[in-house]
Amino acid sequence: MINLYIALQNNVPVPKDIPLPLPMPEWFFVVVLVLSFLLHILFVNLMLGGSILALIAQIKGLKNKQYDILAHEIAKTITVNKSIAVVLGIAPLLSINVLYTIYFYSANALTGLMWIAVIPLVTVAFLLTYLHKYTWESLDNHKAVHISILALATVIFLFIPFIFLTNINLMLFPEKWALVKGFVDALFLPNVFPRYLHFILSSLAVTGLFIFWYNSRKSYPFEEIYQEFTRYDIQKKGYSLALTASLCQCMIGPLVLLTLPSKGMGWNLILVIFSGVAFAVPAMWLIWKRLTGEKENIEKDFYKIAMLLGITVLCMGSGRQIYRANSLEKHKELVKIKTNEFQILKKKVATKMKAEEAGAASADMSEAEKGQKVFSQYCASCHKIDEKLVGPPVFEMAKIYKGNVADLQKWIKNPGKKRPDYPQMPGFESQLDQQKLDQLAEYILNIK
Amino acid sequence: MDFPIFHLDWLNNRMLIAIIAIIHVMINHGLAVGFMPLITWLEQKGVKNSGREQITDLDWDNRIYNMMKVAFIITTTLGAMTGVGIWFSVALVSPTSIGSLIRVFYWAWFVEWLVFVTEVILIMIYFLTWKSSNTSLRAKLLHIRFGWFLSLFSWITMAIIVSILSFMMDPGNWNTHKSLLNGFTNPIYLPQLLFRTPTAMLVAGSFGMMLVTLFFKKGTELRLKAVKYVSKWIILWAPISLLGAVIYYRAIPEAMIANMSTAVGTMDFNKYYYLMKYFIIFGISSSLIMAVLGLYKAKWIKSYMVLFPVLMAFGYLGFFERVREFVRKPYVIGGYMYSNLLLEEDYPVYQQYGLLKNATYTTVTEITPENKVEAGRNVFAIACSRCHTTQGVNSVVDVFERMYGVGKPLDINSMASYIPNMHNGRTYMPPFPGTQEESEALAAYIRSIQDTGDVLEGAQSEGVEVSELQDTKAVLANKK
Repeated sequence: MINLYIALQNNVPVPKDIPLPLPMPEWFFVVVLVLSFLLHILFVNLMLGGSILALIAQIKGLKNKQYDILAHEIAKTITVNKSIAVVLGIAPLLSINVLYTIYFYSANALTGLMWIAVIPLVTVAFLLTYLHKYTWESLDNHKAVHISILALATVIFLFIPFIFLTNINLMLFPEKWALVKGFVDALFLPNVFPRYLHFILSSLAVTGLFIFWYNSRKSYPFEEIYQEFTRYDIQKKGYSLALTASLCQCMIGPLVLLTLPSKGMGWNLILVIFSGVAFAVPAMWLIWKRLTGEKENIEKDFYKIAMLLGITVLCMGSGRQIYRANSLEKHKELVKIKTNEFQILKKKVATKMKAEEAGAASADMSEAEKGQKVFSQYCASCHKIDEKLVGPPVFEMAKIYKGNVADLQKWIKNPGKKRPDYPQMPGFESQLDQQKLDQLAEYILNIK
Repeated sequence: MDFPIFHLDWLNNRMLIAIIAIIHVMINHGLAVGFMPLITWLEQKGVKNSGREQITDLDWDNRIYNMMKVAFIITTTLGAMTGVGIWFSVALVSPTSIGSLIRVFYWAWFVEWLVFVTEVILIMIYFLTWKSSNTSLRAKLLHIRFGWFLSLFSWITMAIIVSILSFMMDPGNWNTHKSLLNGFTNPIYLPQLLFRTPTAMLVAGSFGMMLVTLFFKKGTELRLKAVKYVSKWIILWAPISLLGAVIYYRAIPEAMIANMSTAVGTMDFNKYYYLMKYFIIFGISSSLIMAVLGLYKAKWIKSYMVLFPVLMAFGYLGFFERVREFVRKPYVIGGYMYSNLLLEEDYPVYQQYGLLKNATYTTVTEITPENKVEAGRNVFAIACSRCHTTQGVNSVVDVFERMYGVGKPLDINSMASYIPNMHNGRTYMPPFPGTQEESEALAAYIRSIQDTGDVLEGAQSEGVEVSELQDTKAVLANKK
């Protein structure tokens, strides 16, 4: 058993988990998490890739008007894709919260300010994309301003993945939690930057395929929109981008794998990742064939290519989850032990307390003694016997209410405000029953 | 206790959630739930009022479209992101409570998500096909039908989330009926829904009136018509909103009395409860007066005049949220988890062995005279920092100075004996979860920050230190 834990070092926190069962078996959340995350990230890819391409196209459009039209067409898709990206993000967020409560929330807290900054940053970026889209005509004579709006949105979109990757990376390494002080520290943990490049490249590849599909649709009135570009021109651009980005992945991919801390590595991970690669290779070959083939045939095999790359993406997404599960397996066991231990301790203390309470209640006490107990529980925090604390001393009360039990009790239940230099006393009507009030009055009025 | 402690020492953690949540509720109610049916209704009026040879009055239609554009842009940016922001901020400030709620309400949120996805798709269809549907009457009528679908789904989204909100307010049910169904059947659910539905319509009406004054040219026939329609809308919903508010207003104390450690009867609750009446009266009547004026003297309505009822209507909604937040105290989940995120059932362990002995992240586990203030700082972070700051909003120094005298040096002994008993006098406070020794350390810390003006930094900037009693070594040693 002990060598199981050898991978863990000292100074690794072991918090107790929330003592509630998962609402569904674990595999269920894993499936929902992997699938819904991929859907979410698909639209994030399109939003980010779309922004980058629209920006480049619009800059090119300063010289060649056709590119400006292309930029406008891409820009129209960004605002739609971004809305879908946001709503689709909620399911994986919920699932990771349930599945990795301790790990995810701890990473969130440790990078807290940046984590919450996602909200205003993304809001601003979204508003900028609308501003950009709806001012295309009105800012036609101020292209620099108009392009800057999109550039700013793109810069924000490019920054946001750092925050998410930093969190998702930090949550895997409880042994680093005590070492990081804020977002920047966590950002520079190994693997964040390679994963970032991996993500940007996949955004470009996915957007390349999207551009191809979007411009191939029969219902899309391409010829009405563009004067010089042909469908084939744009289709070629889309495919070229997808192919180039995928080829770059072949270099960044291994880098991501090599910089992964060894703790979560395993043959299961390697197998899944390389299966993904195995599907990507024929897809890339098909794209190459269509790019270099006959003009009329470029649309052939598109769904085959999309399917193959879809499987690749599914493999990579599963690989992420496998690495996560591998890395946290041991720590999760410790957390489980800790959580159970605490539940046992809790029961022990509760039984002990009950026994003590039963013993105390049977003791014989006079009314005034019982009143003293009530006093120390409810009143002592503000009233002392012989001097002012928050409220006046008990001696004063005894003097004022001598022989007047009813008024004293009335005041305790519903106090007024007599002294301007004292704070208002809260009422005790709902906490003290008549029996307790009698005991209390007995104690106060007989104070010596 | 079990999570690194995120802490905003000036703004206050709860304030972070409150700001994001209130923006979200206002957009959700005023620009989605209430606004979508209003816009669809106005779009329909355009079709009805147009001549036989037209599909719709295009000028009217275009102006209504512009009003929708404002709502579309705001809801899909600030509205959507503050919705996510509630998740993010609650996860930071209150991880234990949201973590527990998700485990119980996973399916409610999952269904909510499906409805929400539908809502977003519908809003995009509705807005983005608006212009292209003006080509035939059939397309236009279909478009209007989409508007009604969208309105329905916006309402369902709200109806589901209200179940979780009312579950959190309803005391005692966690331990007995911890289920999804209880969210819908508990006594505050219907009153809340009855309040929120017409109030959303009312707020949307006021906001819609403002947009009418901005998008319809002054003095035109069209503008008078629009003002009258929106006025009718407000006049229809105002009394229902009043009725809903009164029912909800009455349901609150009844539900809270069922809770043994209730805040009802304290002056703080009374203060809120008393103020609530005025917010109801001002919130509804200002919109109503505007609407009556709009109906009979439509020409008089100017955009700057509309601003006041809009602010009042939003304030009315916001205040109800504030009361809802207060009513929950001292719990965050009624009868189960206190607002310091510690479970009521775990208290005996903490009070017997100490908070610091059980905390995962603390710099002190054994209190000595030398490290007393430092120990108190850790106790403060664990037991108080969810609601109190050191020097900022709801500062712990301020609340003690208000009791013992502003500007006077706080007396450590008095505070140390007050802290373990404060929940008896101030029922919205959870009981102190630590030992007497920890109470003394906390008092010493409070006095020290009064003297030095020191602040408490959260884990997001200071990082964390792992308790030597709670690391892997300790757990393994215990196990053997």
